[in-house]
Amino acid sequence: MAIPIQIDKGAAKYRKERLDRGIKARSDTIYALSSYREAFYLLLPRAVTIIGLLILPLVLDEYWTKVIVLTCVVGILALSWDFIASAGMFSLGQTLFFGVGAYFAGIMNHYWGLPPILSIPLATLFGAAFCTVLILPVLRLRGIYFAMVTFVLPQILVRIIAMSGAFGGVEGLSALSPMPSFWVATYLAILALFVCLFGFRKLINTDYGVVLKGIKGNDQAVMSGGINIYWYKAQAIFIGGSAGAFAGAFMTHFYRFVGLPAFSMDYTILPIAATVVGGTGMFAGAMFGSFILVPLTELLRAIGSWRVVLYSFLMVIFIVALPEGIFHYLQRKYHQIERWVTTES
Amino acid sequence: MSGNTILKVEHLSKSFGGIQAVFDMSFEVNKGEFLGLIGPNGSGKSTLVNLITGFVRPDEGRVYYEGKDITRKKPFTIANLGIARTFQMAKAFPDLSAFKNLIIPLYSPRVRKFRGGKYGDRDDVAIDLLEEVGFERDSAVPFKIASGLPHGYLKRLELARCMALRPDVMILDELFSGMSLAEVASTLPVIEKMKEQGTTLLMIEHRLKELFRVVNRVMVLNYGQKIADGLPSEVMGSDAVKKAYLGSEE
Amino acid sequence: MAGMIIYGLINSATFTLMTIGFSLTFGISGVANFAHGAFYVTGAYVAWQLINSIGIAYPLAAGISIIVTGLLGAALYWLVLYRVRGLILSEVIATFGVGVGLMEVFRSIGLSGHSYKLPKFLEGSLEVLGVYVDFQRLIILGVGAALVLFLWLFSHRTKIGLAFRGIAQDEFTALSFGIESDMTAMVSLGLGSAFAALAAITVMPLSLIQVEEGGNVLILALAVGIVGGMESIAGIIVASLIFGFAQIVVATYFNPHYSMIVLLVTIMLVLIIKPSGLFGKFKELEERV
Repeated sequence: MAIPIQIDKGAAKYRKERLDRGIKARSDTIYALSSYREAFYLLLPRAVTIIGLLILPLVLDEYWTKVIVLTCVVGILALSWDFIASAGMFSLGQTLFFGVGAYFAGIMNHYWGLPPILSIPLATLFGAAFCTVLILPVLRLRGIYFAMVTFVLPQILVRIIAMSGAFGGVEGLSALSPMPSFWVATYLAILALFVCLFGFRKLINTDYGVVLKGIKGNDQAVMSGGINIYWYKAQAIFIGGSAGAFAGAFMTHFYRFVGLPAFSMDYTILPIAATVVGGTGMFAGAMFGSFILVPLTELLRAIGSWRVVLYSFLMVIFIVALPEGIFHYLQRKYHQIERWVTTES
Repeated sequence: MSGNTILKVEHLSKSFGGIQAVFDMSFEVNKGEFLGLIGPNGSGKSTLVNLITGFVRPDEGRVYYEGKDITRKKPFTIANLGIARTFQMAKAFPDLSAFKNLIIPLYSPRVRKFRGGKYGDRDDVAIDLLEEVGFERDSAVPFKIASGLPHGYLKRLELARCMALRPDVMILDELFSGMSLAEVASTLPVIEKMKEQGTTLLMIEHRLKELFRVVNRVMVLNYGQKIADGLPSEVMGSDAVKKAYLGSEE
Repeated sequence: MAGMIIYGLINSATFTLMTIGFSLTFGISGVANFAHGAFYVTGAYVAWQLINSIGIAYPLAAGISIIVTGLLGAALYWLVLYRVRGLILSEVIATFGVGVGLMEVFRSIGLSGHSYKLPKFLEGSLEVLGVYVDFQRLIILGVGAALVLFLWLFSHRTKIGLAFRGIAQDEFTALSFGIESDMTAMVSLGLGSAFAALAAITVMPLSLIQVEEGGNVLILALAVGIVGGMESIAGIIVASLIFGFAQIVVATYFNPHYSMIVLLVTIMLVLIIKPSGLFGKFKELEERV
């Protein structure tokens, strides 16, 4: 793929050309399976990530391991956002899914005594279903309504809970059952992150995923192709929303508490900022962005609410100036080389 | 309605804001017919297509397909019943590669039912279909991202998307606009083959020479109303039609 | 009873003032300005600064604040949105990010406490139909009514107003008539933000300037727009009346806490029955051909 950037250096004109590296071209074909070098080239980034993430909790202290857990949770939310966005729907925050999942788990645990091993999966499923039903009416409308409703609904739910005092009201529900152990919790979060990452990627590459991408690209053409876009959009929301609800349910038992902060702005902005900075549409970008922003957030805890200012402005800068995101940029560097070539003229 | 009528339109009307796009339109199409739909720009041809295929709700009137009332049905329901259409602004699925574009109609319930649950590899079917409409099989073209395709290929991709649905009725909205003579010449046989297989065809066109070679009936629209309906030679000889296209001297 | 009607009207007028800017911007240029709430707070804050730090007289400070906020809105378009026009995702994130960032800036500089208060236009109250209403609230009613009347006359009678409505119908057609879409969008954002500031200056004297109000105003703007229909002045008024009176009625006869539930239920009902809003034109996907 050649991207022409022409400059005049004296008499001859040069243009910048991007080519896939030799090793990338070879590893795209069957050759990859028969050569260690090419196989290694493909596996290296993935292996490093997986092994690295699995080892980190053993190496870091408790405080930073908690940060890893938080990063995984934000990563799951970012992946949830990215998946729904792959079907052309841009939510203004996964707070809705997160908060609903968190409260469902908290309610099941507090009022019905269900242990985490039951409350988390149930909250994931029913939380996602509940949110999908709430959003259904908007699926017929222009995309902007989806953003508006995903923003407004959690805000209204928060106020209802606060004002009515239901489900713990302003104080929330505390002294909920803990996770079986810190290590179980940590590795559950990491595992869930990988399941979402590789699961979503695999899914979006199947024919089903092509349909979702089609809805994003040209929903009218999808309709004329005989596909009920509303049904598939609802499915996409349910699948992505499950990840979000899981994150909420998980956090409820990780902190043994659920309250109004479950609907906080952080769970809205951080995942989107992470995905935008990392790169939308590729899932790995969402994860990558989370691993940059969340530790950064921790490091900057000292400056208090200026952090939010920082990552909201980061978000704006990236969406305007570098929409492809950091990850895409790095991926390009890994797979392609750039060089100056003389143009024939 | 005679036993051979596959599509029937009754007193269809639609206005947007203050503009009457289609007014009191009625006609029937027989199975296997090849109907050309012509008229000056803004005469309501595309709106008519949108009304038939469910993309726009009529103010008045009904549409019947194989005897069933499809007037207020959703576009995807109508597509699954067997009516496929192209879009005048062919943008396909811009971020997907050409052959992946066809996966979507191949994924529809209609096609799945037809193949009895065994679809084989949709990718293979897609590549075959693309070859039928003129994408060179062994080149990189079927794998190119749709947004980078030249216009003529995009239009043929539209046609392929239609054909992938295995429709009984195919509505082509200005398929040939922007295509070179060579491309038109290579695409016409594909359409004729569909006709031979029994597909009913409705074609909106401005390129009348090519159109008249293949249609057996022509309908002329002007200002949202039908002003002529019959054999090409009859229709082109009518005064009303000449006035519509060329204007009168008053 | 008279009290309920009067306070219901005032409540509705308050909501109309707060939300009309958002709908105006969205109706004209299709941009959902998620920074609307932030501009509301900005209007109040700028006026406060002018009055307290520089000592400018209140009416002048109010006027300057409205203009400054309007310019900020236009700047938002010119600097940020211009580059990403048409990409829904980018527009949403851009306005949302700026909105959140701006409000957090205010929060971080410590915009809270009793010293942050805007003065009322007029102290005192008046007796209307046996009910005592303070002047400020009457002013809200007056300003709200005047604004609505002005906007209606503007969009239905003047050439520019009709041009705006032309853009709202279909940008491509408008472009072909030579109406510049970018300039219009910028103006619509400026106007929307200016109205937000106007609302803040009129309403916020009733209590303290609080950053959280920005969030509440945005939520209200979305709710009113969804229920009433984004592009319709009549829709905004009707939705404001519904919510305004609902709040009063619920607070008087039931529990004040239920007013939020009423909001939610109304939104869901409208979305299910007439998704484009009570006065909105069809915005369903199929109709965009």
